[in-house]
Amino acid sequence: MLRFLVRRSLGALVIIFLICAITFFLFFALPSEPALLACGKNCGDPALIEQINRNLGLHEPVPVQFWHYVVGIFAGRDMEVGNCPAPCLGYSFNDSQPVWETILDRYPTTLSLAFGGAAVFLVTGVAIGMIAAARRGTATDKFFSSLSLIGNSLQIYFIGVIAMWLFVDTWGVFDRPEYFPLTENPAKWFGGMLLPWLVLSIIFIANYSRMTRSQMIEQLNEEHVRTARAKGMSGRTVFFRYAWRGAIAPIVTIVGIDLGSLFGGAMITEFTFTLHGLGRLAVNSVTENDLPMLMGVMLFSCTAIVIANIVVDALYAYIDPRVRLS
Amino acid sequence: MWRRFKRDRAGVVSAYVVIFFFAAALLAPVISWLYGKNPYTTYGIERPGLLNEFFYPAKPNGGIDSEFWFGLEPGLGRDVFTQLFYGMRTSLMIATATTVLCVVTGILIGVTAGYLGGRTDYFLGRFIDLLLAFPSQLSFVAFTPVVYALFVSPEKETPTYLRVITLIIVMWALGWMGLARILRGQVLSLREREFVEAAKVTGASPWRIIRKELLPNLWTPLLVQSTLMLPTFVTVEAGLSFLGVGIIEPTPDWGRMFAAGARHYENDITYMFFPGIAMVIFVVAFNLLGDSVRDAFDPKTKR
Repeated sequence: MLRFLVRRSLGALVIIFLICAITFFLFFALPSEPALLACGKNCGDPALIEQINRNLGLHEPVPVQFWHYVVGIFAGRDMEVGNCPAPCLGYSFNDSQPVWETILDRYPTTLSLAFGGAAVFLVTGVAIGMIAAARRGTATDKFFSSLSLIGNSLQIYFIGVIAMWLFVDTWGVFDRPEYFPLTENPAKWFGGMLLPWLVLSIIFIANYSRMTRSQMIEQLNEEHVRTARAKGMSGRTVFFRYAWRGAIAPIVTIVGIDLGSLFGGAMITEFTFTLHGLGRLAVNSVTENDLPMLMGVMLFSCTAIVIANIVVDALYAYIDPRVRLS
Repeated sequence: MWRRFKRDRAGVVSAYVVIFFFAAALLAPVISWLYGKNPYTTYGIERPGLLNEFFYPAKPNGGIDSEFWFGLEPGLGRDVFTQLFYGMRTSLMIATATTVLCVVTGILIGVTAGYLGGRTDYFLGRFIDLLLAFPSQLSFVAFTPVVYALFVSPEKETPTYLRVITLIIVMWALGWMGLARILRGQVLSLREREFVEAAKVTGASPWRIIRKELLPNLWTPLLVQSTLMLPTFVTVEAGLSFLGVGIIEPTPDWGRMFAAGARHYENDITYMFFPGIAMVIFVVAFNLLGDSVRDAFDPKTKR
């Protein structure tokens, strides 16, 4: 287990490093003058540009800049604007705040959205899939599969807005989506996140119910399940202890991929519900040409995805002992 | 194959719906000419009485009447009907171009990796892995301005056609890997089959084997994957425009309509329904079509 974790973590570090390098070179090498981005659209003063270049270390060749950047992440670095402690991702072009602290400040929103949404879509999606598999071929099954077809085709930027209009503005049954820190006021936190969770999960529920259904049906047709049934075990035990166990592993894999991407920030959901999470931070830094911030978010999201993948692979071996971690 | 497809009622209906969407997008100029309006004119501002003092349509339901069938856009008072058709035109054009590029790249790289094998396969495989490790949605958003900056310096306005090309490039660069992987797997197993061996023994060149022996066997995954790809690109493109990094004013675009709808939803929800319902119908029809195509080509697979 330990060897697996070490090996995978090393591999993950390589991937993260490569992504980091590619992104860095794309961001900082392509635009002719990054300092122009830093000082906005209407600055043509060469002296000012010169100063910005020196402040941000942009006068050095890009590989040197990259080296400073990577060292800065592990050891911190001294910049003209001030000392930047250990996980140093630089300073925002926009408001001169440290990137790392801004990300930490926004992250609880993204985490809440991801965990809450995942809880809703996992429970509902898997339950629907199991019901559909148990009642295969009946009207219930058909109803759920057409529902999942439509759910699969919905877009958050459409139903999110409709849901806001219907449930918040017209009927007033939900609170207006807003993030409150969980530690300060759990009830408000729950109320503020409920609608984003539900809307976010609709898209995923379709996918999970469909997959659970097909996995369960496949498992129910397996020989060992039929044997268990034949030796007189109750349908319920067979369903939950035999078939369900076989069906769970592929679902866990997909959960890992989805959770990883949610940890990286659910951009459209955050944008629709004006939640200030990581995804919104990314979009804002794109529209404001805030390269250090964008770079930081990118790096952070990649790391989140890679870590989620490792955790899922470890879990996979726990769920399915046939899988050897090596 | 064709006969099997025609027997599938849901498939045929959804094929008609998809064809309707593409025809509507292609014929958008003709439609708006017949209808007598265009998506750029701000009718609401030019003609007083159409919008109220808050710049929302004066008539109920988003200003729907016999003249403006789908109502008026809040704020500028443009015609929603023509905007929707022109918007679909922009979005479908971008999505189709991206799909074509991705399919071509996927074939090139997938078949090369699968057929040549060995070291080429290894490096192409690692390259695909690396690209797949990029968080896709975030990368689309993050790299779009980089590619804009490649064409024009950041202090200038980007012309619309360059924005379109940029979106296509960004989605293409991170969109072809799935197809390439599938094709590689297919070619890998086809390569060992007798008919390829036979062609090799008779002295056919690799190019001929790929063209005449392998490609005809790859039609099914190609068609199925591209019917899955196209609606995804439509929604991704709309998402980018929704977030404000895709197509911008005044070019009509499907995703931009969602952004405008989300800005005004508290006072004029009607506007949101037209692009929204159109998109749901389009994606549902396309998904159904994809399922039917798969069933028709490959009757063994169960849904």
